[in-house]
Amino acid sequence: MEAIVDQPRVHYINKEYGVKSWLLTVDHKRIALLYLASVTLFFFLGGAFAVALRLELMTPQGDLMQAETYNRMFTMHGVVMVFFFLIPGIPAVLGNFLVPLMIGARDLAFPRLNLLSWYIYNVGAIFTLYAIISGGVDTGWTFYTPYSTTYSSSNVLLTGIGIFITGFSSILTGLNFIVTIHTMRAPGMTWFRLPLFIWSHYATSLIMILGTPVVAITVLLLALERIARVGIFDPALGGDPILFQHLFWFYSHPAVYIMVLPAMGVVSELIANFARKNIFGYKFVAFASMAIAVFGFLVWGHHMFTSSQSVYAGMIFSFLSFAVAIPSAVKVFNWTATLYKSSISYSTPLLYALGFIGLFTIGGMTGLFLAAAGLDIHVHDTYFVVAHFHYVMVGGTLMAYMGGLHYWWPKITGRMYPEGWAKFSALIIFVGFNLTFFPQFILGYQGMPRRYYAYPPEFQVLNVMSTAGASILGFGVLFPMVYFVWSMRYGKVPADNPWGAFGLEWQTSSPPPTENFKQTPVVTWEAYEFSPRDKMEILGLRGVEETKV
Amino acid sequence: MEDTHSVKGLAHHFDDMEQQREAGTLGMWAFLITEIMFFGGLFMAYILYRSKYPEAFSSASGHLNWRLGAANTVVLIVSSLTMALAVYYSQTGNKRLLITMLVLTMILGATFLVVKGFEYHTKWVDHLIPGFGFEWHLAGDPQKVQMFYFIYFAMTGIHALHMVVGLGIMAVILRMAMKDRFTQTYHSPVEISGLYWHFVDIVWIFLFPLLYLLGAHEGH
Amino acid sequence: MSEHIVSKKIYFLIFSALMVLTVLTVFVATLDLGRFNAIVALSIAVLKAMLVVLYFMHVRYSSKLTWAFVGAGFFWLAILFALTLSDYFSRPWLGQ
Ligand SMILES: [Cu+2]
Repeated sequence: MEAIVDQPRVHYINKEYGVKSWLLTVDHKRIALLYLASVTLFFFLGGAFAVALRLELMTPQGDLMQAETYNRMFTMHGVVMVFFFLIPGIPAVLGNFLVPLMIGARDLAFPRLNLLSWYIYNVGAIFTLYAIISGGVDTGWTFYTPYSTTYSSSNVLLTGIGIFITGFSSILTGLNFIVTIHTMRAPGMTWFRLPLFIWSHYATSLIMILGTPVVAITVLLLALERIARVGIFDPALGGDPILFQHLFWFYSHPAVYIMVLPAMGVVSELIANFARKNIFGYKFVAFASMAIAVFGFLVWGHHMFTSSQSVYAGMIFSFLSFAVAIPSAVKVFNWTATLYKSSISYSTPLLYALGFIGLFTIGGMTGLFLAAAGLDIHVHDTYFVVAHFHYVMVGGTLMAYMGGLHYWWPKITGRMYPEGWAKFSALIIFVGFNLTFFPQFILGYQGMPRRYYAYPPEFQVLNVMSTAGASILGFGVLFPMVYFVWSMRYGKVPADNPWGAFGLEWQTSSPPPTENFKQTPVVTWEAYEFSPRDKMEILGLRGVEETKV
Repeated sequence: MEDTHSVKGLAHHFDDMEQQREAGTLGMWAFLITEIMFFGGLFMAYILYRSKYPEAFSSASGHLNWRLGAANTVVLIVSSLTMALAVYYSQTGNKRLLITMLVLTMILGATFLVVKGFEYHTKWVDHLIPGFGFEWHLAGDPQKVQMFYFIYFAMTGIHALHMVVGLGIMAVILRMAMKDRFTQTYHSPVEISGLYWHFVDIVWIFLFPLLYLLGAHEGH
Repeated sequence: MSEHIVSKKIYFLIFSALMVLTVLTVFVATLDLGRFNAIVALSIAVLKAMLVVLYFMHVRYSSKLTWAFVGAGFFWLAILFALTLSDYFSRPWLGQ
């Protein structure tokens, strides 16, 4: 309408230039990109530690490093990956970008709080980085007491402060999402018209605001005990290490769902779009997210089966852990049912989604092995556990994160990634991942304990396989890094809605304008309503076409 | 959309004042939930060690000055009343009394902190700071008594920190009130900060009996 | 839509109740009731907290959503206490 054809369209990226316009932005889309930068940095840092670990484990004896260094390496790998990549990853990047767009809002409810959360993340990150540079930590990412409070001479205090601070960025993000989803939905966007991505982010946010404060106070008590040498957790001083484990896992088991629920949300979007139909049993999948958030808080005791827990408590926690598998299974079945007899197009994002379903299922099923107290005592603290949670966190969260990045890349940047390269690296990642972690199931079952720099020679073959897989996986994640950056300049410019997708986020231009929508959208259709007739009708109603020049 | 910008106190991304108020209130409640869980971890530690070491805890608690604790309880309850009245006067649009109530609330909050500081000072003089030359010659295992004091300082210290933050918030609200920023239709900042203030009061309502009155019946 | 204005009378009434309960909790603490000391003290504290939440914080006049949020906060606190203690209580060997 205001057809000045030659002028490039103004969107959130080219609206303002300069460092200041980014560092002081309150636009959720720009903050998402700030988070993307920070989180990517930490992903590669955590990856570098993983490389060091796998290199050392190529041979049975300690030739690259000795125990002290190795302990620091796996601790920092865990700390960096868990607190600075996996937990903020999908919510703070994709969630930040998409939650307002998907519900038809102009921004999150508290834009300045959103920016603050990014700064808090970085302050925590700086403390942790400083701890790493000045010698590192060697307690394991779980900071078990009394080693962490009394005996470790590494930088526990600094790392603890870093994690304490970063926790608040997570809390603020969750708080922002909850309030936004409650109060800022566009007219007609009822709860059961919400994309499943929003449901899963709502559930995630609940965990963030209910769980994170507990780990914050726990880390604080740990730090105080370390400073004052008064027993809270150290039994020699009258304290109780079991209390630490309870408080720590009260958060850290649900934290697994902070990592995996948003991933499930991404997968729901991808499956619905590439199967071109509504998710089978939409309401069940939506409620499954909420059920996971609630039941996820009842199972933490399964981390303490070998802490002289009574059989009665063990049975209860074991039973509850089995129960929490039900909603996850509901999701997997419903995704599969959605794909059944649908017109699937195998683009890169869908490949990642399929990878997620397969790998997460393996991760989840082996989780059931571990939830059975009898078997857990056999494989407790072995590579079986390591393989299990990497199938959930890398096979689950990382796959979905990559799938989501590809899927929404044209929305975020207004450029298309190169499909051929993307498919190729998706394949490499899948192969590399399985080669890395599947042997670890066997190693664990055969009794190789985790967290040791050396091992008996009979474990070498499988360890070499794992290291080989890790190098393939490493290359696999480097490719996207390169072609994403490349595509920002040279990538094809796609249409506003290259996937023909149906979410509200696609009903505005790509990249979106700062205020997201030219006019507040009015939702008159159900979630994932792909019937073409209705779609034309609705598109007409929405008046999207006329805003395009 | 353009005309909404002219509404006093309405941020650009909200449709109307009602939506903004709802978001603010809900945001504060969500924040208070995190606060409940934050203090919850401390209460968990308290429950555990109190049931493990009842004698030491009771004897250590008996040494706290319950009169000062009770006085502070009264101070905080009165401040909650003045806070509630501040909200009332902001709703009825009475600027003068709103400011009076805010000032009173702040004075009471400061009083609480002064009393608390006085108590802390006594503990310092009596060598009752855990980890810093802690000494105990009365009944109960000194190590366990020290744990009580550790929890005491952690809980009341974090609570006092919340009071300080609360005073900061009140100062901002007071400034806004004096600058005529509130009207009968726009005063949700007063209400929302009120929620915070009352919450901090509630924490103390639990801390007082749990910390100060444990050993009261054992007589001194 | 429009907010509920709680009358000054109710505020003063709640205030008086809080004061009475404070005196009561101090008084009860001076009696030796064994384990009931803790129970009574906690009951009084819960009652006081409820009065503050319901009236000073207006929850009584608020939306269902606010009720749900407040409820969720205390429910999760209960989860933390209950499951942790259930583990401890079933470890008799950890006692004295
Ligand atoms: Cu777990």
